[in-house]
Order: sequence, then structure tokens, then C-alpha cells
Amino acid sequence: MKNKRLLLGDQAIALGAIHAGISGVYAYPGTPSTEITEYIQNSPIAKERGLHSSWCTNEKTAMEAALGVSYVGKRALVCMKHVGMNVCADAFVNSAITGVNGGVVVLAADDPSMHSSQNEQDSRFYGKFALIPILEPSSQQEAYDMMSYAYNLSEQMRTPVLMRITTRMAHSRAAVEVQGSGKEVTCTGRPSVPSDWILLPGNARRRYVEAIATQEKLRDEAERSAFNRLAGQEGMAEKGIVACGIGYNYVMETYPEGCPYPLLKISQYPLPVEALTRLADSCKEILVVEDGQPFVEEQLKGILPSKYVVKGRLSGELPRTGELTPDNVRQALGLSCEPVYAAAQNVVPRPPALCKGCGHRDVYDALNKVAAEYPDAKIFGDIGCYTLGALPPFRTLSSCVDMGASITMAKGAADAGLFPSIAVIGDSTFTHSGMTGLLDAVNDKSNITVVISDNLTTAMTGGQDSAGTNKFEAICLGLGVEPEHVRVVVPLPKNMEEITRVIREEIEYNGVSVIIPRRECMQTLNRKLKQQKAQKQ
Amino acid sequence: MKTDIILSGVGGQGILSIATIIGEAALHLGLNLKQAEVHGMSQRGGDVQSNLRLSDAPIASDLIALGTADMIISLEPMEALRYLPYLSKNGWIITSAAPFKNIPNYPDEEKLMQELKSQPHVVVLDVENLAKENHMPKSANVILLGAAAPFLKILDAEVLRESVGRIFASKGEEVVQMNYRAFDIGHEYVKQLKF
Repeated sequence: MKNKRLLLGDQAIALGAIHAGISGVYAYPGTPSTEITEYIQNSPIAKERGLHSSWCTNEKTAMEAALGVSYVGKRALVCMKHVGMNVCADAFVNSAITGVNGGVVVLAADDPSMHSSQNEQDSRFYGKFALIPILEPSSQQEAYDMMSYAYNLSEQMRTPVLMRITTRMAHSRAAVEVQGSGKEVTCTGRPSVPSDWILLPGNARRRYVEAIATQEKLRDEAERSAFNRLAGQEGMAEKGIVACGIGYNYVMETYPEGCPYPLLKISQYPLPVEALTRLADSCKEILVVEDGQPFVEEQLKGILPSKYVVKGRLSGELPRTGELTPDNVRQALGLSCEPVYAAAQNVVPRPPALCKGCGHRDVYDALNKVAAEYPDAKIFGDIGCYTLGALPPFRTLSSCVDMGASITMAKGAADAGLFPSIAVIGDSTFTHSGMTGLLDAVNDKSNITVVISDNLTTAMTGGQDSAGTNKFEAICLGLGVEPEHVRVVVPLPKNMEEITRVIREEIEYNGVSVIIPRRECMQTLNRKLKQQKAQKQ
Repeated sequence: MKTDIILSGVGGQGILSIATIIGEAALHLGLNLKQAEVHGMSQRGGDVQSNLRLSDAPIASDLIALGTADMIISLEPMEALRYLPYLSKNGWIITSAAPFKNIPNYPDEEKLMQELKSQPHVVVLDVENLAKENHMPKSANVILLGAAAPFLKILDAEVLRESVGRIFASKGEEVVQMNYRAFDIGHEYVKQLKF
């Protein structure tokens, strides 16, 4: 039975995956992808079917588990934010060589404009580089519809499929017509050769040739795809437009009465070369409207002979950085877009800040007190709410690079002579990518002090379960940190004297120390208290 | 007919609950809707906004273009002004009067209010105080919604009020009645103003 629901793009993808009969979702939280897994966790059908939906330790473990699901012929969804693609890249790239049995869809949520990220990398490059087909929905409805298609394509072509979205697709709501039972589906494609899964050089060489041969079929699929549409190519137009993903919406917003130029909507890759050539032959120049990096614009210049004029982010028609908006697309199409009212005078930026009563605040107060006694002290930070410790009033942190880099940068700096060399990392980030770095430090007896600021949750993304909760002392001891140098404190203002003393002692210890300030996140605590109150009533 | 609304405030103030009520009413009438939200880091006390678009025709963009918003509904006065370049010529600003000062360099309040009140189409309403006076501290946002209702041309105020009832239904009759009253307080306040 069909029915209409108001869904975020993320939720439309989640429901699409459930209706496509997945057996599990494997993911690590990351804005703007988190709501996909959360929707599946709360979905009654998913619960009833016992569909796997608990959080993974990181994106790589997620991707590999999904390959295991595929190996036994079932369907799996892997979700992450764009930088998570870097973490799972080893498994992702090799999955194109092994191929799949049950369908695998890898969802990468890119964040152009860096609303909540460290870079603007465009995941479509990963798809091309790994020889994996890409889908890029332009609407919430299309995102939902694409999921069933993606799983069939994955199984028919024996390859994972990359679904690429950006923040505005992930976090925008619209009515979506849905239909499906969500019954589990077992592989609809032909069975694989067992040796496909064993990437010894001999097997891998054979499979690589096959994967390249599949590219042509994938291109044919893209030429025929209902998600790619070429419209209005009659005679010779002044201009033609290639609009990818949600870029299509901004073009249509510019022309509510219909686009006056030939327009190729692209939502499936590899690029449909025939359709692009037909478009190029019907216009004097092409404008490429794509969110993220100039992925299509660059390729198009290679596909078309040099006499064709291709414009976009590289040529400056669209800004080189930042997300697409209805305004910059309108301008790129040569139309004016002027505000009526100028920007107000009495407005200042309002950056985010650590919550009132947050334990990270006490950790930074303590670190600042002790660091003041050591003029050379440097404190390396990591990814999470606590990155805000780099901003006033704390200004504690000297770095924030990638998940886990606090520990390894502190180690490298200590190797190079820095003292004291201190790392601050959150509990979830530590299990995601900090443990291996700590082992390096232990093996080298590096003189570093690691602070695992444990708030018992993955707070930044809204309070998801943290993989290491209740295990941190055991993990540190297991990795070889000396028991007397694994210290636990409670970050509260009344304990300031004890906390600063512990930090001082561990800085003075010549070797690896771990200090674990542990107190629950204010957000999750308040939510629990509210729930308890509601239950009593 | 279309109505494009920018909802603004500070992370944690609850602008999304206003969006939820308007969205429910719009779907009830069978209107098209797109609503872009902000999740992630800025929810920790930073500036947040949501672009809510309603129309009887299909909607293309999730974002509202510069100079085209029909309304700015804001739970904070400086956050109302932040989106001024998005407002259309005849667009209205409906905002709470209560500054939320969680930054050290918050602008001079008097100058801020002066600039806000010098806008051609603006309603500044002390919803926080109204909520306290009427013993409904959690309903400031519904009071603001009531005040915005007469300007929301695409939705009848009565339809919006019914939606308030449906949204709060799961929380019991007492909460529903309180939010109806909150809606009416905002609505009555604006109706007695002379423009």
C-alpha cells in the first residue's frame, strides 16, 4: 500500500533500504549521515525483523561487516559522513575487486561549506577511483526510490554501489510516497566464484580486469537510467546545463516556468557520455552545476574535444568552494540576485559553545591551570564537542586534524623533543581511531600524557552509544599502559585540586600516562531525567 | 501560491517545534513542503535556522533565495536580523524581544532594538514574559507562532491552531489546552496592533 510521509532525506534513504530488504545497517555516527541509522534503530519493521542496527566502532569495521553480510548473500547498508570514506577506504576500494553477493550500498554524506566538518572532499571521486557506480539523488523521493534500484544494480553487476548525498539532501524534509513490506531479500544475482573473495595477486588481477569490463555495462545503465534525463535539445542553444544531484533543484528554482536551455540531469554515474555528447552538440557552451568539487566539470573537459566550452566551479561561474545555493546558481546562469534589505548592522557571529555544566569544561580548566606552569606545554586535540576547547574562553588546544590524531601527534611531538606533550581525545574517538596510536606510544615508551575525556556517549552527533563505554581502563591496561599511570577522575569544579594534582603527576612521569576524566554528557543526562520524569507521571 | 519562511534562533531554543506545527498543518491541507534544517555542531548554543517552504505547486529548491522570504520567525531578536538579506520587500519579521546572550560581544541592546523596529514590517513581541505571566513557561514558541499566524497567508490561523492540538495530543489534554491558549495569546496580541 502506498502512503505519504514527511521524511528527512536521511530518513527516506533509511526507509528505502528497509523496504529494499536489507539485513543490516553498519555505521559510525557523523553529521550529516547520523539520522539514517537512527531511523532504522527506531523503525518498528526493523525491530520486528531483528535487523542489525547497532553502531560500529568506526567506518572501516562497518564496511567490512557489510561485506560479510554480502558474502552470505544478504543485503547491507553502510553509512558515514564523507571523511568516514577515508577511514573505510581500504575496505571500500577492495570491495570493488571482490565484488558482492548480496547487495551493498555505501552511503556517503558530504558536507560542502563544512557546516560540521574538517574538509569539503567530494565522495564521487572515491566511486570513480574504485570503479564503483554512484547514485546522487536530487530529491527525497528519488533518494527513497533509488534504494531498491541500488540493491538490484549492486547484485546484477556484482559491485557495491556508492550513494552520495550532501547536507541539504540529508537534512531537508519533504513528503515522500513509500511502498514496501521490508521483507528480507536474498541475493538476486548470479553466485560469485569463491576465489573472488580471496584477493591474492592472481585472483585480484583477474577480478580487476572483470571490474574494468563491468564499467562499460555500468555506463550503459547510466545512459538508460530514469534518474538521468536530457531535455530540450532542439537546434543550437546559447547554453546547455549539466545539473548533478540537488544542483538540478537550484536550476529548476531559477526557471519556475521551465528551463529555456537544454538540460541534462545527472543522478547516476559513471557519466552517461552519449547523453553528454548530445547535449554538447546542441549548445554553444555548457554550465556544470554540481555540489562539492568540480568532479563532472573536470571529466567533461576530457570527454569533449577542446573546442567545446565547459564552465562551472573551475572557470569561476560558480564559487570554487562552499555549497550550491539558489543564489549562486542563479548568478551562474546570468540572472541577478539582489537582496532587498542589506545585512543588518547589529549582528555578530554566534559560534557554538560547550554546554553549561559539561565535564569537558572542567577538564579544560584543569589543563589550563597546569599548562600555565609549563611554558612549553602543547595540548593536541581531536574530533568532537571538545574541539570547542580550542575557542575562547579556553583556547586550550593547539590542533584538531582527524579522528585519533591527538595521541599520535602528541607522540610525534614528544619524539621530536616537546615536553610536556599532551593529548585530549573523547571516549568514542578513542575507540574509533585512538587505540592503535596509544599502542605505538606504549611500544616506544613515549613521554606523553593522554586525557580520554569520557562522557559516556558520542555527544557531538546527538548522543549515540559509544563503543568503549565501561572498557577504557581495561583497554589501556591491555595495550600496555602501566596500571599506576591509568588514572580516573571526576571532572567537577569541586575536584579541581585533585584533577590538577593528577595531571601534574602524570606529566612528570616519563612515559605513557592516561587520565580518564569521566562524567556523563549533560545532554544525555537531561534526556534521561526527562524520560524518567515522564514515566513517573 | 507560496510562502517561504526562515525560522531562526539559538541552538536549543526549539525553532524546530514551530516548524513541525506549520509543517503538519501544511501536509493536512495537502500543500507541498520542503524544510531544510540545521543539525550538528551549531546546535550547541550557536545560531540555527531552518528554511521552511510551503506551496500549492511543486517546490524545487530546499533553500530560500536572497530577497524572497515571506517571513522571518525568530525566537531571538539578533537572530531575526541575521537573515534580513533573505527577506522580500513585503516580507514580515515576527520575533521574540528577549535577547539570548551567550556571547561576550552581544550588540548594544538599544541599538539592536532600534534597528529591528526601524524595519518596515516587523512585530516584536516579548513572548518569554507573556509565557511566564500566563504560567506557560514552555510555550513561548507557540505564542510566537500565534503571533505569526495572521501573516501566514497560505494557511488559515484556524488550521494552524488545530495542528497545535494534534501535535501536542500525545502529551494529554491539559498540555493541549495550554498550548491553544498560548496560540490565542499571540494571535490576539497581533490582531489588536494597528499597521
